[in-house]
Amino acid sequence: MSILVNKDTKVLVQGLTGKTGTFHTEQALAYYGTQMVGGTHPKKGGQTWTSGLDGSASLPIFTTVAEGRDKTGANASVIYVPPAGAAAAILEAIEAEIELIVCITEGVPVLDMVKVKRALEKSNSRLLGPNCPGVLTPEECKIGIMPGSIFSKGSVGIVSRSGTLTYEAVFQTTNEGLGQTTAVGIGGDPVKGTEFIDMLEMFLADDATKSIIMIGEIGGSAEEDAAQFLIDEAKKGRKKPMAGFIAGLTAPKGRTMGHAGAVISGGKGGAEDKIAAMEAAGIKVSKSPARIGKTLTEVLKG
Amino acid sequence: MNIHEHQAKALLKSFGAPVAEGVAIYSADEAADAARSLPGPLYVVKSQIHAGGRGKGKFKELGAEAKGGVRLAKSIDDVVAHAREMLGNTLVTKQTGPAGKQVNRLYIEDGADIARELYLSLLVDRTTGRVAFVVSTEGGMDIEAVAEETPDKIISLSIDPDAGVTASDVKTLSDALALTGEARNDATKLFPVLYKAFTETDMSLLEVNPLIVMDNGRLRVLDAKVSFDNNAAFRHADLAPLRDMSEEDEKEIEASKFDLAYVALDGNIGCMVNGAGLAMSTMDIIKLYGAEPANFLDVGGGATTEKVTAAFKIITADPAVEGILVNIFGGIMRCDVIAEGVIAAVKEVGLKVPLVVRLEGTRVKEGKEILDKSGLNVISADDLDDAAQKS
Repeated sequence: MSILVNKDTKVLVQGLTGKTGTFHTEQALAYYGTQMVGGTHPKKGGQTWTSGLDGSASLPIFTTVAEGRDKTGANASVIYVPPAGAAAAILEAIEAEIELIVCITEGVPVLDMVKVKRALEKSNSRLLGPNCPGVLTPEECKIGIMPGSIFSKGSVGIVSRSGTLTYEAVFQTTNEGLGQTTAVGIGGDPVKGTEFIDMLEMFLADDATKSIIMIGEIGGSAEEDAAQFLIDEAKKGRKKPMAGFIAGLTAPKGRTMGHAGAVISGGKGGAEDKIAAMEAAGIKVSKSPARIGKTLTEVLKG
Repeated sequence: MNIHEHQAKALLKSFGAPVAEGVAIYSADEAADAARSLPGPLYVVKSQIHAGGRGKGKFKELGAEAKGGVRLAKSIDDVVAHAREMLGNTLVTKQTGPAGKQVNRLYIEDGADIARELYLSLLVDRTTGRVAFVVSTEGGMDIEAVAEETPDKIISLSIDPDAGVTASDVKTLSDALALTGEARNDATKLFPVLYKAFTETDMSLLEVNPLIVMDNGRLRVLDAKVSFDNNAAFRHADLAPLRDMSEEDEKEIEASKFDLAYVALDGNIGCMVNGAGLAMSTMDIIKLYGAEPANFLDVGGGATTEKVTAAFKIITADPAVEGILVNIFGGIMRCDVIAEGVIAAVKEVGLKVPLVVRLEGTRVKEGKEILDKSGLNVISADDLDDAAQKS
């Protein structure tokens, strides 16, 4: 099993006709036949997108997400549109009742996301991101920009606020021979569709997921909230071996470190507090980002 | 983007918030005219730098006995004397660090008779995903200290974006600030006005500390700190002129031209990384192996050869850098693009310090080949631990 996506997931691409959308759609199609079923563009509806790799793949372009969903049965969408139009793209997907919306776009204004978050509360859609690498279930479905070559099918569930650190964890668990059930990037923005807790809940419920890696970074209190959630669940007897990592131990206070959400402000959101909270919840936190996989192996060996 | 107090006040005034009359000056010669244009007889002379704690701050050049960065003046001559003493000198506050910041402009403001000092700020609450008011009756002091010592005196209220600031929100905030009479009446206008200013200009922080109740019972914004969401700059071309480059690090300005996320730090190992999380942990791992990072630099997901070249130039321009670590895990970013960028940059600016490169992910084979064939003296590393130890 896996979470969020599998071989039956059908994906629409919002922003397919751009350079980024094209490149990553080709990559997704090449990854175990991920079911990319079409793209949307407000002015190019009715046209056909052709793969730039060898021209062998083609996808229909629809004017709206709703039309694309009706004609293809898509239950997921991935968004590659530029920041100025990203919130509108998410809102359109929510409107079209797409179950899983993955927004890769970095640099979406935070007040746009406040509006999106309100719309999500009133819907049944789930949003991953924005400013996230997407989600990948090995040998079944790749949505977003994660490099497929580093994955292997296995038993570790991975959830992370950072794109490249997700790749580190994936690569290392592959090298450790553990493999992954699903890897999810929730994104580095302060206001986003999905937080750690939602993903931890899914990984705890997924039988195939035998252990979990959680990667956080400075800013906010999502890691602390997740740690409390794990403590509460453990009391109910729901618990899986976990390793983790927190980026930003050396980050100066008050400076935004690349991700809009990665900032220690008002004396809160520092790495030490997060590491302490995660360790109190039974997560073994690696000191080095190069040892996340090995740390998990050590936990599993007891 | 941060702006100065006088700019923030002018902006808030344009939305209808009550602020005192004031004039910004850039040289002491302008001080007398500025003061004369105000009602008097009490004036406040305020250093305009992008850092808090100005009142308690000290000027480096003036010695410990001299007054701080915010001064009261009881005559026009007083205003001029203060302006002469303050302009051009370096103000060190709790927030500037020991180097301090040069005061290049002053704000001469009409004085006010203060009955009560309150705290009010607006920010985006990440937990609720909404804009929130944070208020406290304990204004005029360091709000972090209040949060530490008496957290129950800080009240936070999230605003439903569909409804905006409702009558019920105004009541909650007014009660929390114990507002009565005229001040309570002023608040019915002020809270929605501040929310409107925040949302319409895409602020990320609006801090009024203090918000005062004057002797006449009216509310006034006595200090204002505003930061804007850089991600929304594309729809606020009118705000761009408010940027004061002299407040920013030169390397950071250069980086921002190329849309690179760069933060200058004090160490000796320069780093260039893709992804904010990996960039932060690259800094952490440099420290773990006993060195100090010279910078944070995320070249981002969609970097071009040109962007990588610019990033490399910025790192090598820092005289403190004794070694460079390039750490790339390609996802959206392709390793071959990084490799080409590094080579182009080295050819252009030369390389006087050791360079360690670690590539992994999308097109890693092509990237490594490009580096190997380049004939450059590049130390290749297999993983991050290895890379950090080598650099």
